[in-house]
Amino acid sequence: MTVTPHTRYLASRYDVVIVGAGPAGMAAAVAARERGAERILLVDREADPGGILLQCIHAGFGLHVFDEEITGPEYAGRYLEQVLEHDVDILTDAYVMDVSPDLRVKLMSPDIGVSTVDAGAVVLAMGARERTRGAIRIPGDRPSGVYTAGLAQKMVNLDGYLPGRRAAILGSGDIGLIMARRLALEGVEVVGVFELLPYASGLTRNIVQCLHDLDIPLHLSTTVAAIHGRDRLERITVAPVDDERQPQLDAGWDLDVDTLLLSIGLIPDAELARTLGVQMDGVTGGPIVDGCMETTRPGVFAAGNVVHINDLADWVSQEAVVAGDAAAASVTGAQRPRQDVRIVPGDNVAYVVPHTVASDGTHTLSFRVRRPITGPTLLRLGDVHRRKLRAAVPAEMVTVKVGPKLLEEVRDDVLRIDAVPAEEVAT
Amino acid sequence: MTTDLHDRATPEPEDATPQGDVETHAYLCTGCPLGCRLEVDAIDDEVVEVRGFSCKKGERYGRQEHTDPRRPVSTTVWIEGAAIRRAPVRAADSVPRDQIRDVVEALRGLIVPAPVRRGDVVLRDVCGTGVDVIVTRDLDRVR
Ligand code: SF4
Repeated sequence: MTVTPHTRYLASRYDVVIVGAGPAGMAAAVAARERGAERILLVDREADPGGILLQCIHAGFGLHVFDEEITGPEYAGRYLEQVLEHDVDILTDAYVMDVSPDLRVKLMSPDIGVSTVDAGAVVLAMGARERTRGAIRIPGDRPSGVYTAGLAQKMVNLDGYLPGRRAAILGSGDIGLIMARRLALEGVEVVGVFELLPYASGLTRNIVQCLHDLDIPLHLSTTVAAIHGRDRLERITVAPVDDERQPQLDAGWDLDVDTLLLSIGLIPDAELARTLGVQMDGVTGGPIVDGCMETTRPGVFAAGNVVHINDLADWVSQEAVVAGDAAAASVTGAQRPRQDVRIVPGDNVAYVVPHTVASDGTHTLSFRVRRPITGPTLLRLGDVHRRKLRAAVPAEMVTVKVGPKLLEEVRDDVLRIDAVPAEEVAT
Repeated sequence: MTTDLHDRATPEPEDATPQGDVETHAYLCTGCPLGCRLEVDAIDDEVVEVRGFSCKKGERYGRQEHTDPRRPVSTTVWIEGAAIRRAPVRAADSVPRDQIRDVVEALRGLIVPAPVRRGDVVLRDVCGTGVDVIVTRDLDRVR
């Protein structure tokens, strides 16, 4: 076994080609093999399989999949061992350029040049990318020293460079919180985390362990209103926002920083899905999928952050097991379950994945609420099921398992999901 | 403080209350999305009462956070001869919260030669915590 496996010779045909070797792709590969697919190709654009896990050196991974709390690199390492044991071809440093309607996959890599392989099924597992400054339009100069949190994470954890000496962080997403701690522990002065919304978008655990533990202030309902600096970032203006989320400049203040990290959200890296012409969900930014994680294009499956942003790598992998399993089943000619129930987001639900399910199967529905409910929450699945949640906030994805018993009760083949404050419906 | 105290669900009986000044400490429960604001009344390390939790898990957390808060710690060390410049490492077990900075500091100058394997110990008993520091990624020797 090698640590960085390379596949020098590609077969001309694979049962399943998987795009992206992160927590989704690796889990899909193992699941597809276990379901009987013979030849699997796992493609990744980086030098090593593992995806974003390799730069996530902190703990918080594996509790659901490995029953043990480990770090990102360990999670990747354990999955890679499984992938290699399952005799999967891995092609790193490679791009998937195109997938034709009859599932011919065009690849490019320094090792093999441009090459085309036939696929029985394709699994999209490209993960997500970070929203950048362009997405939020901060006024002011365009100096260096402004990075997305994930890019800074790569710089610090893989390359061993610090981005600066005094840093501020815009956005309270988990990567930003984790980078606040990481920089503080490396001796960078972190002057604060600034969040536009009145609540944090990261997990409570990260608020406590990354900010409170290191005395890093979190300013809610506050944003970076301007960026100053000619070549290098010198100063930012931060200001509280009003109810319309507009910065109140007269209440603002300046901070001397040479580094600004943006942790303003992830979006599915679904460019390839778009070029394949699969139908997309306008809310998630990822493809529409059924209960088998199959997109609207037969034979093309998708799982993980390319479909919707997950909080945990473990959930990404679990979702990818469904995709890998179904992709293998589709090439072994198994009967396809009819996806006869449509799942639609209702009151206070931003989206639900998957978008359709088979009523004779068991499925995990994942969704996020729009507004935070900081108390007892009623989760309503049409008129067939109700359940109480302790709370429901946009920062934490909610999952609920549904099976045939419940789904057969669904009328008109539509299941609407609501998540509302429990007291509002008590009467 | 013995660990069984953390699991005790009911507040201590009146007569067990130690003498001294009761101070109230605030903690945020990380047990679930609700993020309950906990108040822990304590005389030094002796917890008298936990308030503000919505479930038993929160009460336990409040006691643990007050008496013996522990954290996982990760950082990186220099690696020589691998394809990347830093090898990720972590404390094999959680360490006292107040020693996080010391642990990272103790690892700052460390240089390890490639190859390394997951679980290789790079530093034993870091800062007297009784916890070893281990590598978290396999890195081959490439040059
Ligand atoms: S006390 Fe219970 S309900 Fe409240 S945050 Fe902690 S785990 Fe959740």
